Amino acid sequence: MHFNRREFLKASASGMALASAGSLANAASDSLVGPAALPGGALDASVLDSLPGKVPLIKRSYRPPNFETPLSYFNEAYTPNDAFFVRYHLAGIPAVDAASWKLAIGGEAAETPFELTLEQLKRLPAVEIAAVCQCSGNRRGLSDPHVPGVQWGYGAMGNARWKGVRLKDVLARAGLKKDALEIVFDGADGAVLEKTPDFVKSLPLWKALDENTILAWEMNGEPLPPLNGYPVRVVIPGWTATYWMKHVTSIQVLSKAYTGFWMEKAYRIPKGKFPLIDRFISQETEVNTPITEMVVNSLITNLQDGATLPAGKAAQVRGIAWDAGSGIREVDVSIDGGASWRPAELGADLGRFAWRQWTFALANAQPGNYTVMARASNRAGATQVLDLVFNAPGYHNNVVQRLNVKVA
Amino acid sequence: MTRWLLIGVLIALPALADESAVKLKDGDGREVVEKNCVACHSLDYIAMNSVFMDRKGWEASVAKMIKAMGAPIANEDMPVIVDYLTRNYGKP
Repeated sequence: MHFNRREFLKASASGMALASAGSLANAASDSLVGPAALPGGALDASVLDSLPGKVPLIKRSYRPPNFETPLSYFNEAYTPNDAFFVRYHLAGIPAVDAASWKLAIGGEAAETPFELTLEQLKRLPAVEIAAVCQCSGNRRGLSDPHVPGVQWGYGAMGNARWKGVRLKDVLARAGLKKDALEIVFDGADGAVLEKTPDFVKSLPLWKALDENTILAWEMNGEPLPPLNGYPVRVVIPGWTATYWMKHVTSIQVLSKAYTGFWMEKAYRIPKGKFPLIDRFISQETEVNTPITEMVVNSLITNLQDGATLPAGKAAQVRGIAWDAGSGIREVDVSIDGGASWRPAELGADLGRFAWRQWTFALANAQPGNYTVMARASNRAGATQVLDLVFNAPGYHNNVVQRLNVKVA
Repeated sequence: MTRWLLIGVLIALPALADESAVKLKDGDGREVVEKNCVACHSLDYIAMNSVFMDRKGWEASVAKMIKAMGAPIANEDMPVIVDYLTRNYGKP
């Protein structure tokens, strides 16, 4: 399947669009490949296209593959594996043979290096945890001014049930020396050129030992999809997906800060701009620090900017809200551009690292133009921002959406 | 390093998706851009990052590819690439 934006809008108008995207057919400004505020070149270059094992996703770049989940799938509590977003930094995408896959655990601050096969890993006590996996740069394309990078709309994220073994159990077997400081992960994906820095990430020891940090081999009850980390990926609930190493093959315990490009230069946020709770002290500099936990955020999932709702009928605004694990306390919705707010009804609590679905009833909507907004707050007291906290890499965009919706 | 190249159990997948539909705008320097950039990434990265960077922005992007990503771009190709990107995908 291969549609560009214009063809898909045409298809929508003639009733060919997915049933779940019904309300999108009316969209005047946003489209199925993203919000209208994305850079024009990004919208023009985006198409719905299929990767192996995936439904058509929004293609931002072919190689390395960066594909985001279309909005309609966010109406589901758990994101289907075949609709889960795909994000790679480097174009060497591995086809891993699970039978011969091995995970090497070692490093200068590990007492007893050892290896695990997939069968051996699966014999360790398993846990399952629901958690949002969100790219640090989700919504980068909405940055004003625009900043270079993958121009993501809203869909570089998903919610899934991850099953695996606690990383702390694996590290305990390696025996941590007293000076253990960071845990370094490498995966089977790689660069085309010898000189390109391999994608390698580290975690502070305290986060690696958190009981929620796991090495997962299952996602929503199925083996991980090949493009989401098969056979094993790191899952760090609450933290942005940059640390969730896919196809992990190596875990090293270091006694000093890891200095590779993807830690030292990339995925850093300026100090003092965000309400940082989880610190990564061994990687901090005077001016910046690695991105760590996600900021509180929400997404309206059944409407896009430019949508039309039928007058005089009961309608709903639906969405999801999430944070880094404090849990969602409240979602407030405004239909008058922020002049007044009323609380939405929260859905089932699927766990503090999962997103929370919410609904807001619009009874007997009168004809007119409305500006619909949703604002989530968490139990730690943090709330989404109304104005972008600009930062050059385009991270942590949790600006409250403003959707123009017509009732007619 | 590129572990998957070295170890027998891990092999690189062939191209996952057909990127042949991606075409750069016609213009002086297009072939030089294609020759230098396409080894590591599809050319849709260029259109995706438009139009909001001026010459300085594109210079910084190309410099990052050389310095951080190790792209073997010849000195004489650098201005040709920056000119092409600025003219065709740049903010005036």
